[in-house]
Amino acid sequence: MDMFRASRRSLLQGLGATTALCLWDAPLKFAFASVPGDRRLVVVILRGAVDGLAAVPPHGDKDYAATRGALALTIDGTAPLHDLDGLFGLHPALANLKSMYDAKELIAFQNICSPYRDRSHFEGQNVLETGSVKPHVISDGWLNRALTPMGLGDGGHALAVAQTPPLLLTGPARATSWMPASLPTPDAAFLARVKLLYAQDAVLSRSLEDALSLQSAAMIASDDPSDKKMGPGNAANLTPLFAGAGRLLSGNDGPRVAVLDISGWDTHINEGAADGALARRLAALDAGLDALKTALGPAWSKTAIVMATEFGRTARPNGSGGTDHGTGGASFLLGGAVAGGHVRAEWTGLSSAALQDGRDQPARSDLRSLFKGVLADHMGVPASALNGTVFPDSANAPTMTGLIRA
Amino acid sequence: MSLEGSLAVNRFGLGARPGEVARASENPKAWLTGQIAPADQPLAADGTPFKSGAALVGDLLAYRRQRQAMKQANDPDQIKGFFKQQRQVLVDEMSARFDLGFTSARPFSERLVWFWGNHFTISTQNAGTASLAGAYEREAIRPFIAGKFEDMLLAVATHPAMLIYLNNAQSIGPDSRAGQMAKRGLNENFGRELMELYSLGVNGGYSQADVIALARLLTGWSIDAGGAANAGPFARLLQARFTKDDAPADPGLSSGFRYFPNRHEPGTVNLRGKTYPDGFSGGRQAIHDLAHDPATAHFIATKFAVHFIADTPPPASVARLEKTFRDTGGDLGALAAAVVEDPAAWTPGPGKMRAPVEYITAAYRLLDLPQRQNAERQIQAAMQACRLMGQFPMAAPSPKGWPDQSQDWSGADAVLSRIAFARQLSSRLPQNFTIAKVTQLADGALGPRLEAATRSAMAGAGDAGEALALLISSPEFQRR
Repeated sequence: MDMFRASRRSLLQGLGATTALCLWDAPLKFAFASVPGDRRLVVVILRGAVDGLAAVPPHGDKDYAATRGALALTIDGTAPLHDLDGLFGLHPALANLKSMYDAKELIAFQNICSPYRDRSHFEGQNVLETGSVKPHVISDGWLNRALTPMGLGDGGHALAVAQTPPLLLTGPARATSWMPASLPTPDAAFLARVKLLYAQDAVLSRSLEDALSLQSAAMIASDDPSDKKMGPGNAANLTPLFAGAGRLLSGNDGPRVAVLDISGWDTHINEGAADGALARRLAALDAGLDALKTALGPAWSKTAIVMATEFGRTARPNGSGGTDHGTGGASFLLGGAVAGGHVRAEWTGLSSAALQDGRDQPARSDLRSLFKGVLADHMGVPASALNGTVFPDSANAPTMTGLIRA
Repeated sequence: MSLEGSLAVNRFGLGARPGEVARASENPKAWLTGQIAPADQPLAADGTPFKSGAALVGDLLAYRRQRQAMKQANDPDQIKGFFKQQRQVLVDEMSARFDLGFTSARPFSERLVWFWGNHFTISTQNAGTASLAGAYEREAIRPFIAGKFEDMLLAVATHPAMLIYLNNAQSIGPDSRAGQMAKRGLNENFGRELMELYSLGVNGGYSQADVIALARLLTGWSIDAGGAANAGPFARLLQARFTKDDAPADPGLSSGFRYFPNRHEPGTVNLRGKTYPDGFSGGRQAIHDLAHDPATAHFIATKFAVHFIADTPPPASVARLEKTFRDTGGDLGALAAAVVEDPAAWTPGPGKMRAPVEYITAAYRLLDLPQRQNAERQIQAAMQACRLMGQFPMAAPSPKGWPDQSQDWSGADAVLSRIAFARQLSSRLPQNFTIAKVTQLADGALGPRLEAATRSAMAGAGDAGEALALLISSPEFQRR
């Protein structure tokens, strides 16, 4: 708390303390009413259906090379995949993830998916984010519903690296949002006047209040001038997003839960193998995660990062050197708090008979099981909440165990 | 100035230019319905029309033909130069589009363009479509906003920008001659999104088998490669001239489209329980049937009501729009007129959040920007602000387009960005701007929708710039 107060004070000095006082009163009270635990949870939504057989290639499977054709990765050559356990590997672009795996800080999952079984991105993302069994039956996100049982439901503890939180973090508990690139923040006196104008508009006043409560922390997080180079149009470089999130999460009194929303995975055409469009995207993600780890500093050891996508893709290449929408795919759990160094997969092979509808990588485990395991063992969410409000109708998705270091 | 006049200008239009609410107040509904006709076309800065999509595709393909030579000559400057030039095409097109939004005397027709362009999203996040985005909207959207849905759908489905964006240009029937020779095959992307996002809607009644069926029907629907197709080992085969039976004579096809019989998957196709013939006509009939399907009427009516009426529109309003769509065979002019006539669209209360492009446009219209002597710089500033607020026309992150609910644009960072924009825009006002003048602007732009709290905040502001920033930050200006 002391560190935070000091930084807030220096901020106020910068703005002119007299006019700022009336403004800062309210957010101070609401945002830091309780001291949260020290665990950090990051959820990365990989929007667009990541090709799981490219990210976590089952190179030891006898049918792998034939099934993947031109998309097959190899364990030798100029850009070899990173072998994990003889059967599975990591894409050549995921060098930092390989280091984390070697440090027993990463678990790779295969043949995993949400319960959704059709092939629409937007329905699939809805199921992934709402935690429901079917699309469009729940109107808020499972991560938001989990905040209160985590003890983080009173605001200021959950952050989306976005201008507006995605569905995953939308719901009854307050969540704020932050982006590295932004217009210059107006002076406090002006913001105080605007706040008065919003008295009758619940949505605007709440959003402004949440933004202000994060301002001080965000200014610390923006110390790195490279953040400002990242506009929303510069999608190739994910590092400022991850680094900014890491710095915000690293504070003693800052947010504990963060969501990043990374698109660009819908590789219908010229997907490439060891290098190409997908390899570049994976490399950007890999660099981002490394930046997140660096920015977290000592808090890395308290952190779990779960990455999930709406579904996998077809096992075989389509007619234009890409892959079409599929079913099962890959997922990752990483961080200093993770009991890693292994791959979890109920692997059934790549023969035509093993593929879903003769075409897709199949789904043999449920992403909700993974999420529940992380929420239970990392964030202390009780089973009653996990199986009740957070993931209703999830009895057939048993909570995974052994994901988090004791 | 009436409340209805203010609602017409703000809810259906793009925010008031000076005098606009007063004009609309004379007969708000007539002011709107008088705008329902093919949209205006943005022009290049020198007043000439932009290049056609076909010509721009020609540029793109000519470049691809040369690229190999450039790579071999190891001339990175030339490659960089091409991308710079392609980007400039986009910047010029988008500048003109923004300028039209700022100055149009037919703002409702522009809103219809923006709605349909977003419904039939292509995205410049896909680099291959960047130089074609302007042409796409000019050729496949603007002419049809008061026409038939089927005509817009056909123009969209045959426009080079869409064929590239959703990969249909490369989708080849695996049993076609080209597929056999080149070992290429189907790409499902367009077949799926054409039903899910552009016509039936995701619950409109189709299966994975139907996705493949539609993809098969659309094989061979590609772009006219002109001379570029003479390169490559299978060029002549892929190029294959039309046979008499296959030559599509449909005037509704976009320029730059070409049907390649040798890429078309042979045989009849069963789509959603109906058998479609081999050849171009199979896909063409599928487009017709999708455009006139009752599921499409429901999907479109719902989206239209969400956009113009409310995030959760009354079911009766959706039903009325749906009936209009069905009864008129998908007449989009009639649909626009029906939403104007819908009483639910005229409820005073706080409306939907303006999306960033709408918000910035409304602010520019309020101030009668851009000033002619500074136009280019001011338009650039608006475009940059849109990017920083996370929305840019024809640059959505997925083919679903930009979201259209208030909550999508009202997160903490989003709201702070909007206030920051308002403050920045108001920080360099001309000397003669007074608080009294800002109040006058507010009355002119919002009419009876201006709240007492905003009026008194403006009166108590330190200077005119702060008063203006308060107005642009106010809830009644953020919402429409």
